[in-house]
Amino acid sequence: MKIDFQHIQSAHCESGVTSSLLRKNSGSKITEPLAFGIGAGLFFVYVPLIKINNGPAIAFRTFPGLIFKRTCEALGIPVIRKKFSSKEQAETFLMERLNEGTPVGCQVGVYYLSYFPKEYRFHFNAHNLIVYGKEEDNFLISDPVMENATTLTTYELERVRFAKGALAPRGQLYYPQNDGEITDEQIKKAIIKGIKKNVHMMLHIPGWFAGVAGIKYTGKKIKKWRDKLGLHKAGLYLAQLVRMQEEIGTGGGGFRYIYAAFLQEADAYLPNNGLLEISKIFTQSGDLWRTAAVQAAGIYKGRIGSQEDFNIMGDYLIEIAELEKNAFRALKGIRWQ
Amino acid sequence: MKKENVPQDMSSLGKITKEVCYATDSSGKYVKELSAGWEVKINALDVAWDDIQGRIARAKEQVLNKAASPLLFFMEYRLMDVGILSDYTGFWKWQIKRHLKPAVFNDLPEKKLKKYAEAFNVTVEDLKTMTVHED
Repeated sequence: MKIDFQHIQSAHCESGVTSSLLRKNSGSKITEPLAFGIGAGLFFVYVPLIKINNGPAIAFRTFPGLIFKRTCEALGIPVIRKKFSSKEQAETFLMERLNEGTPVGCQVGVYYLSYFPKEYRFHFNAHNLIVYGKEEDNFLISDPVMENATTLTTYELERVRFAKGALAPRGQLYYPQNDGEITDEQIKKAIIKGIKKNVHMMLHIPGWFAGVAGIKYTGKKIKKWRDKLGLHKAGLYLAQLVRMQEEIGTGGGGFRYIYAAFLQEADAYLPNNGLLEISKIFTQSGDLWRTAAVQAAGIYKGRIGSQEDFNIMGDYLIEIAELEKNAFRALKGIRWQ
Repeated sequence: MKKENVPQDMSSLGKITKEVCYATDSSGKYVKELSAGWEVKINALDVAWDDIQGRIARAKEQVLNKAASPLLFFMEYRLMDVGILSDYTGFWKWQIKRHLKPAVFNDLPEKKLKKYAEAFNVTVEDLKTMTVHED
């Protein structure tokens, strides 16, 4: 059985899934950037003391699951979300939804995700995809980061839905309850709500290691990495930073470009609030993140590696922190028209 | 980033799918643009895998020198730490740490070995002999 569903490629898995699942209700109006911005997806955090894959725990986006939740909430759309302790129940529930014609979002682990290249398979459990049908033993999969729709066998899907480790999905699935059309009025309100939430997350979240303060903190830390970790390990840490910033799903520049695109689209709904100008600051920030990545690559490739090179790297982040602080302050100061 | 500057350096992902980047067109408007990859991040991924290969090689040596059981090798091979392995097998972390000792591992009953083999997606025989088949 196959649900009438169109696969659309996007940059990031969760905002892509959100946009696709809301397609019917919104008449395609909730694009990926809108979903990302309304879901207040932009973030930065460097969690001290925790290690991921033997490197620093850094994220450029908000916690998994929040983009879908916040976007639907802000639009006033009820959400069904379920976890399962039994694999049989997880599959039965999924089949029931498919039989009634509802495409379903699933949280999965990528380690055993068969269509991903081996180089990309880490124990990362917060990937998202849509299941939209089943033909014989194959589930029909729309993975937003892939160019084309794909399939997973029953066993393969079960394996990734029940991947283990941090953020284990436990068969988790979710979908919006379809009722009624999403109006422009709803979208406008949701945009403002999303921006306010993101301002809070970046400027006012407590803790020195999150938000714009976290970017500055990381910049200062990087300057000490060479002495503290040695050149080799410091290079590994920088490589991890760059992967979190640029790898599949970020749209480039650590999600800053998606956010800039969001502000442009938001401006069409809410003109005369200066969003286009602020969007440009995020473009600038994305560009600067990428300049920093080039500097980092020089270090982990061994082309450069003096303390001065680490200072330059750290200063990039400190400059970015200042830039983004100004951008979010400008967003905070808007008197909405 | 301008549309024409979206990098097109072929990556291992690029062979399977291009990825969406957001970039600006000549009027400054954001559009979706496909990228085959970017050298900077290809290198970052290479650095990460070089490190992993080094860990696997060191683990293999430790197993051959009888300083650790084959579990250590497969943990590195499957990028698992004790926590993840504990979640996959249902063993407690302290049990797994014991099983990392060759003497303890060699006495493990078939049933327990099977749990490990399943978690690593290998056969029990391969687990004991530290054999991998590329998948």
